[in-house]
Amino acid sequence: MTQTSEGVNGLTSVPALLQRNAAEFGDKAAYREKELGIWQNWTWSEAADEIDALALGLLTLGAAEGDFIAIIGRNRPYLYWAMVAVQSVGAVPVPLYSDASAEEMAYVLDHCGARFVIAADQEQVDKVRDVQQDLSQFEQMIYLDPRGLRKYDHANLHQFSKVQDAGRAALSDLMPELNRRREALNYDSTCVMLYTSGTTGKPKGVVLSNRNIIETSRHSSEFDSLSAGEDILAYLPMAWVGDFIFSLGQAYWTGFCVNCPESVDTMMTDLREIGPTYYFAPPRVFETQLTTVMIRMEDASPMKKRMFDYFMAHAKKVGPAILDGETVSGMDKLKYKLGDLLVYGPLKNTLGFSRVRIGYTAGEAIGPEIFDFYRSLGINLKQLYGQTEASVFITQQPDGQVRSDTVGVPSPGVELKIAENGEVFYRSEGTFVEYYKNAESTADTKDPEGWVATGDAGFIEEGTGHLRIIDRAKDVANMSDGALFAPKYVENKLKFYPNILEAVVFGAERDRCTAFINIDLTAVGNWAERNNIAYASYQELAGHPRVLETIQEHVEAVNKSVAEDPMLSGCQVHRFLVLHKQLDADDGELTRTLKVRRKIIGEKFEDLVNALYDGSPEIYTETEVTYEDGRKGMISATLEIRDAAVVPVTASKIAAE
Amino acid sequence: MLDSTDSYVTDDGRTIGGVVMEMKNITLRFGGVVAIKDISFDIREGEIRAIIGPNGAGKSSMLNVISGFYVPQEGQVMFHGKPRPQMKPYEVAQQGIARTFQNIALFEGMTVLDNVMTGRLNKMSSGLFAQAIWRGKAEQEEIENREKAEKIIDFLEIQHIRKTPVARLPYGLKKRVELARALVSEPSILLLDEPMAGMNVEEKEDMSRFILDVNDEFGATIALIEHDMGVVMDLSDRVVVMDYGKKIGDGTPNDIRNNQAVIDAYLGVAHD
Repeated sequence: MTQTSEGVNGLTSVPALLQRNAAEFGDKAAYREKELGIWQNWTWSEAADEIDALALGLLTLGAAEGDFIAIIGRNRPYLYWAMVAVQSVGAVPVPLYSDASAEEMAYVLDHCGARFVIAADQEQVDKVRDVQQDLSQFEQMIYLDPRGLRKYDHANLHQFSKVQDAGRAALSDLMPELNRRREALNYDSTCVMLYTSGTTGKPKGVVLSNRNIIETSRHSSEFDSLSAGEDILAYLPMAWVGDFIFSLGQAYWTGFCVNCPESVDTMMTDLREIGPTYYFAPPRVFETQLTTVMIRMEDASPMKKRMFDYFMAHAKKVGPAILDGETVSGMDKLKYKLGDLLVYGPLKNTLGFSRVRIGYTAGEAIGPEIFDFYRSLGINLKQLYGQTEASVFITQQPDGQVRSDTVGVPSPGVELKIAENGEVFYRSEGTFVEYYKNAESTADTKDPEGWVATGDAGFIEEGTGHLRIIDRAKDVANMSDGALFAPKYVENKLKFYPNILEAVVFGAERDRCTAFINIDLTAVGNWAERNNIAYASYQELAGHPRVLETIQEHVEAVNKSVAEDPMLSGCQVHRFLVLHKQLDADDGELTRTLKVRRKIIGEKFEDLVNALYDGSPEIYTETEVTYEDGRKGMISATLEIRDAAVVPVTASKIAAE
Repeated sequence: MLDSTDSYVTDDGRTIGGVVMEMKNITLRFGGVVAIKDISFDIREGEIRAIIGPNGAGKSSMLNVISGFYVPQEGQVMFHGKPRPQMKPYEVAQQGIARTFQNIALFEGMTVLDNVMTGRLNKMSSGLFAQAIWRGKAEQEEIENREKAEKIIDFLEIQHIRKTPVARLPYGLKKRVELARALVSEPSILLLDEPMAGMNVEEKEDMSRFILDVNDEFGATIALIEHDMGVVMDLSDRVVVMDYGKKIGDGTPNDIRNNQAVIDAYLGVAHD
């Protein structure tokens, strides 16, 4: 192995990186958070002090090496410090999704046997208290925001700042112990445990070592030449591996600044104020932003609208080429500069993308139009492909080789191979250690040589070496006539229409494909307003005949496009319905990272699936829904099922060839 | 019976102090119409006191008497044990009484932040000239007041609409902004006129949470008028029930629930 696999200059843990940053970038901003309307600022040396105080405080509470400590809340500097403080005392941080229900939390807290929980506020504290009697190993809880908690029994409940005070008071007694524990950390000690949301079954605890995180952060930072001058906005769930790599791994490796929004609702304003230089968002965020821009342009004056249309058409033509450094004519360049002055610049500023040097999207396929829109504005948006088990990075797109239909070349240090059945395998220093307390799954996923199965089917494009993902391997199936069935491929094509938020295509072992559609309330709602269509609820709008007509047009257009692919032409959607509710993670239909749980949806809406295949024109259905406060209710609806025109294909001929 | 200076601790651990305000045999007439007829009750420090009743029972008139806006023809309002003289609205505010209105009374063209800041006007002492050139004391006061306003904005979770003109907000949020403006004056007594009127279930739940938190965090005494029985019973420590200008019940939510006169007033009773 190379020398770097043992860590550069002994930097073999995140707490060690913190100490380096405090020494090297002591006066540079490490964290910012908007509070009381002002951006509060902490330098690296201030952050190191805060983290030390909390780590010492954890020692006073009796945190032991090897403990698991759960961290629950939205992105706040304090909770990032908590992660590093936990690591400093030799314990393992386990960040949890803050929107998870109490039962979901109970499973994870029990599975890892967390002794301590660090919770953001009353809401999270209440959830843990609801389930704590079932958690044999749970002992104490630390909370950040005291609001509403003053009257609670404080026997095993502590305020974050008080724990820090206790730590500071015990500084001289406990500092040697803290130093000893910090020095005991090495490349193989556990850095973090992250629970995968899992489209099937119970979540699994992915154990990632310091080697995984630091090596991955080092490689990926070098790949995009990230520097200490970057600014990022931390707004994605802390329990998600991407946030851990961007806001912790790479931030600590390069020493850049992590900015936290004021609240979930102010994210767009905060994004504009900070103007990050390095930005990550799942496709859905880019889609929503584009939809908002387009809706606002509809309301703009005719003059502005004409200017926008004219320059956007020009940007579409030459923007991506200019971004890739290709040569374009001087006239085109000049016109693009003028467009930048009048349209692209102000637009990027409104979106908060003025300073973005590198933007990434991943998690789902992004629509080519959406992708090209951002790139034509001069925003260097790229795709990457990764998963928790790989510490994110498997493949990513180098500058100058960016396309919407591939996910890029193997990231530095990653080896890739495609199995005979088309499944993608990888091996790297970021490859996870194990699934916690689940040797069976570990062995299923990772072979003795370290190759990890991604569960995705794909192929490496000849010539360019770029990876293309077709679908989840286990979702790829055959239809009853033997034709290939790849639901994701069709769903993505459907979802590229702004009116369609989510689609679920059925067809495995069936003679034809059908689909559930979720409309996008922002886009369709705006259209309804423009066309004087009154509606009282999502359900009513989703069932409106004219909405169904529009969706039918989209489905038929997708069918045409699907028919052009000889391998997948059997996947055309013959019948569809628009669901009466939005698919929701609270109802278990999506994962917490908003991926469709196909099997559960198929079972839950079995009556609807049957109706799609038995030819009935409409179906009455009742569905249980979970409200945000955890209560359940029933909604009922009569859904119209529509037939969509399909392009005839000579399937037998293709099969025969 | 509790004495007027006694204090006690509620089931959920809040301390309720002695009587801060007492209505003594209040009668209020508008010409020949008797809006309030011989009503007496008290409000204790730190409690959530509700006034309920069917439409036209005289609830809003009662709140206006408490706030000093209406002067009753008979009876007295005792404040901290002393009879309260007739006062101008700003004098009432200086005594630490703030209120919200049933029909929202915000400055529609101004932003949320500016609206909330107006709640601090009473606390400003710098002169017009100093404020115009924004020097010295004016600047310092503005910074202090902005901080107070931001704390309330944070507390009521309306950061995302800080710079939004009030006219563009939905009804539920306007109600919350009004509460913010009342709170920012750091009142000792907060009067809420139908804080939940016209809200959907979710907005009502949010508002209930905020009212409880205001009482808990700021220790403010709260008197509120409400239509929705369910909300009142969950929120308040003691309830006064009015019907046709008369008091027909007074006690804890449990007492009220079992009070026959109250049940009749709400559900109607057959007259033989």
